Amino acid sequence: MVHTRWPGDPRETAAARTPRRTSGPRVLALGSALLIIAAACGGGASPAPTTAPSTAASAAPSSAASAAARGDVTVGSNYSDKVPKDAFASMLSYCATQTGVTPKVNTVEHGAFQDSINSYLQGTPDDVFTWFAGYRMQFFAGQGLSTDISDVWAKVGSNYSDAFKKASTGADGKQYFIPMYNYPWVIIYRKSLFTEKGYTIPKTWADFKTLAAKIQADKIVPLAFADKDGWPAMGTFDILNMRQNGYQFHVDLMAGKVKWTDPKVKDVFNLWKELLPFTQPNALGRTWQEGAQSMIKKEAAMYFLGTFAGEQATDPAIHDDLGFFAFPVLGNTWDSENAIDAPIDGLMLSKSPKNVAGAKALLECVGTGPAQLAFLKTSPNNVAAAKNADTSSYTPFQKSMADIIGKSGAIAQFLDRDTRPDFAGPNGMQGFLQTFLNDPKQNLDTFLGKIQSFYDSLPKQ
Amino acid sequence: MTDSVNRGLNDPAAPTRRRVGSQVEGPGALQAAPKRKRFSLLTRRDKIVLGLMVGIPTSIHLFFIWLPTVASAVLSFTSWNGIGLDKIKFIGLKNYADLFGGVYPPFWPAIQHNVIWLAVFMFIATPLGMFLAVLLDKEIRGTRVYQSAIYLPVVLSLAIVGFIWQLIYSPDEGFINSILGTAGTPQAIDWIGNRNLNLWAILVAASWRHVGYIMVLYLAGLKSVDPGLREAASIDGAGERQTFFQVVFPVLRPINIVVIVITVIESLRAFDLVYITNRGLNGLEILSVLVTNNIIGEASRVGFGSALAVILLVVSVGPIIVYLTRSIKAETE
Repeated sequence: MVHTRWPGDPRETAAARTPRRTSGPRVLALGSALLIIAAACGGGASPAPTTAPSTAASAAPSSAASAAARGDVTVGSNYSDKVPKDAFASMLSYCATQTGVTPKVNTVEHGAFQDSINSYLQGTPDDVFTWFAGYRMQFFAGQGLSTDISDVWAKVGSNYSDAFKKASTGADGKQYFIPMYNYPWVIIYRKSLFTEKGYTIPKTWADFKTLAAKIQADKIVPLAFADKDGWPAMGTFDILNMRQNGYQFHVDLMAGKVKWTDPKVKDVFNLWKELLPFTQPNALGRTWQEGAQSMIKKEAAMYFLGTFAGEQATDPAIHDDLGFFAFPVLGNTWDSENAIDAPIDGLMLSKSPKNVAGAKALLECVGTGPAQLAFLKTSPNNVAAAKNADTSSYTPFQKSMADIIGKSGAIAQFLDRDTRPDFAGPNGMQGFLQTFLNDPKQNLDTFLGKIQSFYDSLPKQ
Repeated sequence: MTDSVNRGLNDPAAPTRRRVGSQVEGPGALQAAPKRKRFSLLTRRDKIVLGLMVGIPTSIHLFFIWLPTVASAVLSFTSWNGIGLDKIKFIGLKNYADLFGGVYPPFWPAIQHNVIWLAVFMFIATPLGMFLAVLLDKEIRGTRVYQSAIYLPVVLSLAIVGFIWQLIYSPDEGFINSILGTAGTPQAIDWIGNRNLNLWAILVAASWRHVGYIMVLYLAGLKSVDPGLREAASIDGAGERQTFFQVVFPVLRPINIVVIVITVIESLRAFDLVYITNRGLNGLEILSVLVTNNIIGEASRVGFGSALAVILLVVSVGPIIVYLTRSIKAETE
């Protein structure tokens, strides 16, 4: 569940809840006096320690007059690391100039933000908040914790492809989400290593296995792998599943329409077993950052992860040396579909924003190319969601991302964004996938039976 | 003993009741008794002050301790996603049935790990802390330095303790693997990722802290022992060992109780280290983290998490009540 996108340890401050973000009934359930005290204090005006008022608007003196007219819009942000935080600030600064609203950013450490999202949205949330597309968005829309922004979509809709519109649409057919950017899950490698050793980019599963055997013979780990965080293995499961069974099967499986005991799911795990001899051992004790480092240090030749792994290459020369390609195809009916995970991040409107007009104006601005480019200029590990973004300013890394996304016939979000949160989290799939990785030789029927019976034990939605 | 106490308390009322009871019906008699004007040392003001002094802490206690506890117990029979009170749905014992029936795989490992944790603290870490305290009580040279060194981990927050040990255990960059020359190689020992090792690795880290805590508690106790007792024991010809086990240890009974209760509490509320390490996944499942994973975060299975919390409560409170009542009884006899 905790889809840690940015470096740094989310768990360190996961327990530090911002005072405003607690609601009575839920906290009681914790049976913990400590949290109650936190809630009690929450009523007061004590400022959240992580609050950093944005100075974004002050950069736009020319709009001072209209700013007074449109008013303040509070923005809850999970961009707590430096690179994305600056990127977000420069995007808001651009939109402040364009719309005349004054964004007030409330930054919360991203792990804590996700952990407290439920109580945050029920308490006194900011007008606008950062979130993820797909089921994860639909869940909160369905609970009435966010406001329908179909009217904003009516204005910015032409900026987006249908896939983005679908990912922003709730179960009731209305839009609740403004996409900012997305990033594909791909195989990342160092170009210099591939040139030096004469490796070529594999297109098919057979090519990939041949290449991996060759790399192994060179005493290099073919594929870095890390799953201490619990979620990276979900990416591997997703891509193998979509290569083996196609996008629609992924969607149906995530929605519970297909059972985990389906033989097609077993095929995916059998396929994974073919991959395991080539992946880095001891994956369960390694964080994704360490996994990315071993690829950057050329101890491992490739790494399957979201392109945000590029953030680990802090040296620009090394970042330029990073290349990536889509996961190889298996040579079946799904080759032409070529689905990938490319999760979308964006903004939502909370249930009763104080400044509806201002917030909608801000969202409308975020739904345009130039605003998204303002974000990507500072954080080039993603690509803009809007069609009208001027891609000529893209780095080669970004161009390659846009290329891969463009060539994919279907785009999934991610396992933990496409299925119900109580199933995907550390309680459910994170633990199950680790159980598989611990003992891949176990009886898969028993293993999948356990997943299904856990799924069945969850309350009906 | 208790009989005589009760009789003493009832004494003033007893004759009245008997006397009135013979003339009128029972209920009337009970009402009649309080009508007698009682002499009180307390003024009205005193009563208000006393009422406030007792009432405020009691209501705080009720609100912060009992209300959440009872709420947890009630919620454990429900299914609730934490959004809106109207969504609470009573589902009877289903949560418990799911837990004990094995539908939720982390549950039984968590129970097992909590028991192992308790056993290690009780039989290794706590005795070690007591042993160190006894050694340091001997006023050996540099005792202050040892005391500070052993106590230092207690001052650190568990988040930092967790971080320090991750630096030691990491397979690629960790201290142990670097010393062994296996860092970054396939032979590296995966202390945190290997589910047969990681609980023990974490227990070493937790004990590192717990030993210092117990050491300080026990040392304070030892300092308070009357030196005359030891002198008397040595005059009677008792050796070091005999003096400790026959004289000092029994005298320290109150401290021993505190140490044991603290050990039980510390091992059952074990949370931080595991949560920091891997959020209670992969061989590190413990009850407290499972409660958190279910209730906090997007999962939001408040009813199910409450059922786990209730089990944790029963497991923690049970042994402590038994132990405390037994030792208090032994004390008063």
